[in-house]
Amino acid sequence: MTKTTDTRLVLLHDTDNIFVCCQKISAGESIYLEGDTLIIKTDINVGHKLARNNISIKGKVYKYGASIGSAKADIEKADHVHLHNLKSDYMPSYQRSGVIDDSLSNTSSDTKSDASKVNA
Amino acid sequence: MKAWPRKDGRKGIRNVVVVGYLVECAHHVAKTIVNKADNLDVQLIGFPGCYPNEYALKIMQAICTHPNVGGAVLLSLGCEGFNRELLKETISNSGRPVETLVIQENGGTKTTVAKGLQAVSKVQTEISKIKKVDMRVDELIIGTICGGSDGTSGISGNPAVGYCFDRLVEEDATCIFEETGELIGCEQVMTERAVTPELAKEIDDCLAKAARYYEILGYGSFAPGNAEGGLTTQEEKSMGAYCKSGDSEIVGLIKPGDIPPTKGLYLLDVVPDGEVRFGFPNISDNAEIVELIACGCHITLFTTGRGSVVGSAISPVIKICANPETYKNLSEDMDVNAGRVLEGTATPKEIGDEIYQLVLDVADGKLSKSEELGHQEFILTYKHFEPVGPACLPSAVKIKVL
Repeated sequence: MTKTTDTRLVLLHDTDNIFVCCQKISAGESIYLEGDTLIIKTDINVGHKLARNNISIKGKVYKYGASIGSAKADIEKADHVHLHNLKSDYMPSYQRSGVIDDSLSNTSSDTKSDASKVNA
Repeated sequence: MKAWPRKDGRKGIRNVVVVGYLVECAHHVAKTIVNKADNLDVQLIGFPGCYPNEYALKIMQAICTHPNVGGAVLLSLGCEGFNRELLKETISNSGRPVETLVIQENGGTKTTVAKGLQAVSKVQTEISKIKKVDMRVDELIIGTICGGSDGTSGISGNPAVGYCFDRLVEEDATCIFEETGELIGCEQVMTERAVTPELAKEIDDCLAKAARYYEILGYGSFAPGNAEGGLTTQEEKSMGAYCKSGDSEIVGLIKPGDIPPTKGLYLLDVVPDGEVRFGFPNISDNAEIVELIACGCHITLFTTGRGSVVGSAISPVIKICANPETYKNLSEDMDVNAGRVLEGTATPKEIGDEIYQLVLDVADGKLSKSEELGHQEFILTYKHFEPVGPACLPSAVKIKVL
């Protein structure tokens, strides 16, 4: 973690493109993030993710140095990263030979439809 | 570090006498002996079942010949199915003093307790003569588990243990992680880290087995509550547990009671083979700790968010608290406050270095919190495993075996 970045954010792995929020950051706050001062658009609660840099649609999101899914919308630096802009790429072993998740083409930010996909 | 040398070349960081009951019917007698001996290094272990089980025998053999164990006293009722002769022979062949007491042949509870105390003291006298020798970091086997996890576990405690594991593996120690049921969703990352494609296939099959097993038992993995805590995807949730393993390549896949044949990072498969039987695979955290110890772990690193107070018989448990609030509440039971990551006063890497130093101190004799408090939990239940396939272990060893 660079010294200058807001201490409410933790970088879990050098290759990650998200930070994890350790203490709540409120909408409208201006925070310093690796060289840029940026305005936070929505409340970020503890445990939630914030983009370390711009991530294009279909780009991988990395946490712990591993991909945790793909962006389903363009994400800007300091944006909240959650169900509205990130989708799972995971396909359980016993489904790998058939089921194709088409939600990548769905750029809607409807959280409800995401939740139903997780349960599917 | 100084440690007790054993005949098989391994070294123990403790010199424990185990008092083992071989069926629940002998539990009270064994427990009374341990209570009356009143010594932190005389510890109770055992298997409650009356019907014989290959897995239970293998684990008891592995535990009784663990490098932290100096000798054993076995308590049998007399008519249980446990193969007490074979267990005794294994312990004896390992160069350790062992005594068996059969309650039905000894005149009952009081007499057996008296004889048991004599046996413990005889074993203690014998093992106190063993001279300690130097021990290097690369002779250590360290395991990790998590229990009572919450949203903080994946931010502070688990990544910190991951850094500690990387450092240990870099210094040629052996590290073991497990919880294959929690790792569903990490298949791709894990298989990429396997040293050979054959091992990658074994790991993939192992996770598919875990997924099937837990599905039959009715346990799904991604709960709605996860999203409120900021977790978005299945792989993210699993990575939160998986990151305890660090970044090193995975050199092998072992099962409970298998001793890692080389240095490096191993995955322990704790989910039984074959059809679902004998119920839930790991009924509590200590069942997993016992399996890690059966694989030779000298120390277990236990990360917790909501808080746990357990320790273990045989091998010290170091508890790493991920949540700063829990740490305040349970500080007398916690060895490391990883919650400082959330308070912005430490990085996961700094906590990892702190854990690493504590591992060396505890290996050199410093008591962990749970040891000081007298926690010596032990639980062993029925399971069934098939031996690991040849692709699971590093090839150098296969050649040696042939």
